[in-house]
Amino acid sequence: MKKLMMSAAVLAVALGMSAASASAQEKLKACWLYVGAIGDFGWTYQHNQGRLAVEKELGDKVQTVFVENVPEADSERAIERLARDGCAIVFTTSFGFMEPTLKVAKKFPDVKFEHATGFKTAPNVTTYNAKFHEGRYVIGQIAAKMSKSGVAGYIVSVPIPEVISGINAFMLGAQTVNPDFKVKIVWINSWYDPGKEADAAKVLFSQGADIIVQHTDSTAPLQVAEEQGKHGFGQASDMIKFAPKAQYTAIVDDWAPYYVRRVKDVLGGTWKSQSSWDGMAEGTVHMAPFTNLPDDVVKAATEAMDAIKSGKLHPFTGPITKQDGSTIGEAGKPLGDGDILGMNWFVKGVDDKLPQ
Amino acid sequence: MDATTAVFLTIVTAATPLLLAALGELVTERSGVLNLGVEGMMVMGAVAGFGAGFLSGNPYIGIFAAILAGMAMALLFGLLTLTLVTNQVATGLSLTLLGLGLSGLLGESFVGEPGVRLPKWLGIDILIPVSFILVAAVSYVLFRTKIGLVIRAVGDSHASAHALGYRVTLVRYACVLFGGACSGLAGGYLSLAYTPQWVENMTAGRGWIALALVVFSSWLPWRLVVGAYLFGAISILAYTVQTFALGIPSQLLLSLPYIATILALVLISASRRLTRSNAPACLGQPFVPDR
Repeated sequence: MKKLMMSAAVLAVALGMSAASASAQEKLKACWLYVGAIGDFGWTYQHNQGRLAVEKELGDKVQTVFVENVPEADSERAIERLARDGCAIVFTTSFGFMEPTLKVAKKFPDVKFEHATGFKTAPNVTTYNAKFHEGRYVIGQIAAKMSKSGVAGYIVSVPIPEVISGINAFMLGAQTVNPDFKVKIVWINSWYDPGKEADAAKVLFSQGADIIVQHTDSTAPLQVAEEQGKHGFGQASDMIKFAPKAQYTAIVDDWAPYYVRRVKDVLGGTWKSQSSWDGMAEGTVHMAPFTNLPDDVVKAATEAMDAIKSGKLHPFTGPITKQDGSTIGEAGKPLGDGDILGMNWFVKGVDDKLPQ
Repeated sequence: MDATTAVFLTIVTAATPLLLAALGELVTERSGVLNLGVEGMMVMGAVAGFGAGFLSGNPYIGIFAAILAGMAMALLFGLLTLTLVTNQVATGLSLTLLGLGLSGLLGESFVGEPGVRLPKWLGIDILIPVSFILVAAVSYVLFRTKIGLVIRAVGDSHASAHALGYRVTLVRYACVLFGGACSGLAGGYLSLAYTPQWVENMTAGRGWIALALVVFSSWLPWRLVVGAYLFGAISILAYTVQTFALGIPSQLLLSLPYIATILALVLISASRRLTRSNAPACLGQPFVPDR
């Protein structure tokens, strides 16, 4: 009797499983691999918001799966696991996932892979990135208009091209308003450490900066600004809740439109391998509502954004003078994508030396 | 506020969580128990403190919850290592992993919410004077009272303490719980005063630095203050030097606090006078009276 009940239970489980897999088959399985925690309120958080948008937009047609906190060194196993588990499309959302993604993609030619911020593609591997520097150019202009001391503090993580092009775009924007604008830079060698970010912000304010810019992920620097009656800009997410009086605006990474589009492409059978580098025009980079700013500054910033969106304004328009005095780029023409994606020099006016 | 005062206050804020967590661990280790789960207890304190403060709107309730959460984690550690006599090193490490994972799960709905902030008294966080009072109290109890003598006896020779009729396991439980309370308080300080917010893994390795500081202090409470403030000062000065754009590699500057800690540890362990009889002789050893 006991045995009979056992086999009945096994049968029930087996039936249940087949029912589940049958309904799963009708849905497209879209999968995400995250380097950090979805609760970081920064990089990974925004990617996860994109995933949720796909779920919301496409409803019954998709099933989404994510794996968080995947170390880059161990990512191949995780990517392969997702591919084996029937994912039709896999988004790998960190620079360090590049080689593992390509390796797994070779083994699973029918699965589509999308790698964020890399530069290597394959027939079933697409890369995608965002032009964060467009937002940084706009906040540079705002900072130069609003700063009384003419000095901004800039908290940065690690010297990779994306970060360096951000600093340069910020300075180029600021110099259009105040050619003598100064920026003090503090590297904290971490993307995400609220304590260190807060310390760096306090130090920068004590050294004469009155506006804080960050290329790290936590809201801590803005909270410090709020406490001290100074100002700053949010990063990755709109951080206004943390600094209602201090935040001017925030550069928001919005991956939702891209993810929705790409998953729709898979559903419609129109997915193709490509390198996508979207910015303000596509909505991947947008600015949080302007707050705590006078009308004329808002107007100028909005105009700059419109010009960037329409392609009239490009943050890196030649000729650009580098820190060492040499110039790059042809007059009136924007730098090539490769120059920006591989940027390893500072523009004139940045005092900091690049950590080697 | 001039620049020097501002920098000094920043140093104090950076040093306080390290000091609090290290003080708890010092007492735990003085009783002969090595709890490597400081990071885990701290991060649980941070999430519980933020959560309770956020839900109740009262930061003091938050701080209370942070202490309780640290103690709950410590109690778990005590049950495993003291009652079930598991390996202390492995259990401590698991406690850290458990804390990091569990806090992320519990704190999911708190991400992106501004919480409450502990009010300041006379321009400084209340927990800063509290940390000094605690150091003084611990120092007094450990070296000037009978309770302290018993704690140190249990840590130095649990067999003798047992033979004299002291309840070794009970004393250790109390010290482990005190360690948990301090770590929880340190975590609460992070999420309610230092950077009033909850984000996953927000302790960012401070629990490990606290552990190193205990060795640095050679198990003496007042030296802990020196260690924590030295570490904080070097970290903050590393940022300050960066703003002068002297061209010193930032990686070197940022590793200075760690280099200084290692140097100090080397110097301390080289000197017999500094290490003499301070390290609890039974540190990390399980106590089973029947065996």
